[in-house]
Amino acid sequence: MTYKNAIKTAFYHLVAICLGVVAVVPFLWMISTSLKSGGALLAVPIEWVPKNPTLQAYEKLFALTGMLRSIGNSLVVTASAVVVAILSSSMAAFAFSKIRFKGSGVLFMIFLASMMLPSHVLFIPLYLIMNDLGLVDTLFALILPYSFKAFAVFMLRQQMMNISDAYLDAAAIDGASLFRSFITIFLPLCKTALATLAIIIAMEAWNDYLLPLVLMTSPKNYTLPIILNALSGQFKTSYDLLMAGSLISVIPLLIIYIGAQRYFASGLQIGGVKG
Amino acid sequence: MSIQGRRGIRVALPYLLPSLFGALLFAILPIVISLFLSVTSWSGMSRVSLTDGFLKFVAKNFVGLDNAKAILSDGEFYRALSHNLYFIALYLPLMLILSMTCALIINAPKKGANVYRVVYYLPVLTSWVAGSLIWKWLLSPVYGPINNALELFGIQGPMWLQSEIWAMPSIVLASIWKDMGFYAMILFGGLKSINTQYYEAAHIDGASKVQSFMHITLPLLSSVLFYVSMLSMINAFQLFPQVMVMTKDGNAGPNGATMVMVERIYKYAFRYGKMGYASAYSWILFVIILFCTYIQKRGEKRWVRYDV
Repeated sequence: MTYKNAIKTAFYHLVAICLGVVAVVPFLWMISTSLKSGGALLAVPIEWVPKNPTLQAYEKLFALTGMLRSIGNSLVVTASAVVVAILSSSMAAFAFSKIRFKGSGVLFMIFLASMMLPSHVLFIPLYLIMNDLGLVDTLFALILPYSFKAFAVFMLRQQMMNISDAYLDAAAIDGASLFRSFITIFLPLCKTALATLAIIIAMEAWNDYLLPLVLMTSPKNYTLPIILNALSGQFKTSYDLLMAGSLISVIPLLIIYIGAQRYFASGLQIGGVKG
Repeated sequence: MSIQGRRGIRVALPYLLPSLFGALLFAILPIVISLFLSVTSWSGMSRVSLTDGFLKFVAKNFVGLDNAKAILSDGEFYRALSHNLYFIALYLPLMLILSMTCALIINAPKKGANVYRVVYYLPVLTSWVAGSLIWKWLLSPVYGPINNALELFGIQGPMWLQSEIWAMPSIVLASIWKDMGFYAMILFGGLKSINTQYYEAAHIDGASKVQSFMHITLPLLSSVLFYVSMLSMINAFQLFPQVMVMTKDGNAGPNGATMVMVERIYKYAFRYGKMGYASAYSWILFVIILFCTYIQKRGEKRWVRYDV
């Protein structure tokens, strides 16, 4: 029996590792390539571990004009979108779950419906709206659309429905205003959902391609994915450079994800949604 | 007293305002504008302002359903659509099987399951631009590791992205790599919510692991599986960045092999300056997605079980 179990466990890990290899090998190849230079890139058979590892690609990358700036742009866009999204959606969720008002149901349905529309319909009119607001080619044009996500309101509302009204009654008796109970009681109780939401919003803001491609017209406002895209046109075969850039673009989310692992795993069950 | 303080639109409004503003400006208004644009011949050259005579502009450039007619009578549209469908046909079954396998692995009460959970999710965190560049390089015909590995087995690897036949399968490979972990996490959530007592009961009755999977896991997971297949199909119709980055040189792949619908919409709008045409195109795609979702939803009754 134990013999049989050992075979089963071995088989489990065999399949699991095979899939893990599929997931990870592209990253290893990226890291390995970013440490090569010149002829080593074109060595056949390929070198998985570079014989003469060098950081030349990174030096070249950061010497390029606009590289540091685009990292800064991405950071600003991502951080602002996360903050605005968390504040605005948790406020709306609070109103939908804890305040009774006429038309609450209808309004919530409208919110949900606006979640259904695919982004491919929205990007042309968004360009027009931003143009009218004078925001094309400014970071605001990205921050605003990333910040308002109906699914975020939906997700947080589900969370807050589970929190008892008794908290509010108790706080009111103690003389706390509604807004104060929202900040000091409700937000901390939704920690897990908020952390999950922050990661989902950050992922979109940090990684998105379509909106910055359309809305950021001058290189000084490029976000990281867009400058990478531009570099791939300019340096078609300098894969050392391109892989170094890709690695840099992956690292921040990787750190956040692994750091917030515990929150994220349990939070996804509430959401199961993508922006 | 406290209940009174939580009633009425006046109390609710301050909390709702920011989100309402966002939904109005960045979801509802764009929909309305897009519908208007789709019946105009706007070229993108003349400057249009929403606040200054937008309706007059629409009336002046009104072409009715001409855009839609032109799109639907153009062979290129059907070519792009067929490429999207081809992508879905390759991607969906493979993705469902692999993400299901990943979910079962993550859910197993074994040592290391937590590590696998983190590992499978790594590609999801990567941007499509970075992911596409990595795959372009992995699939490089001469210098890439994939063809080098194939050579070890004496197989001459294809030209991948440079080949008309292999360009789309290459995109499918990269997309599965990127999305597998995402759908696995959703399925994992579904698996976790299945009551373990069912398995215990089945075990006592002498059911094998395979039998438990077929008669407990699949039926109880069918609603989540359905959700995943619907979501992934909707996303697959909107396939875009990977095509743009991976097959940029050929301007939609070798001989247009990876020309897909959103790529067309983007290019009509921002390369060829046909904003009205592109808007109409985006609504046609929307209707196609709705139609396919409806068909899937009708099929739902046949194989999804909600009664257990």
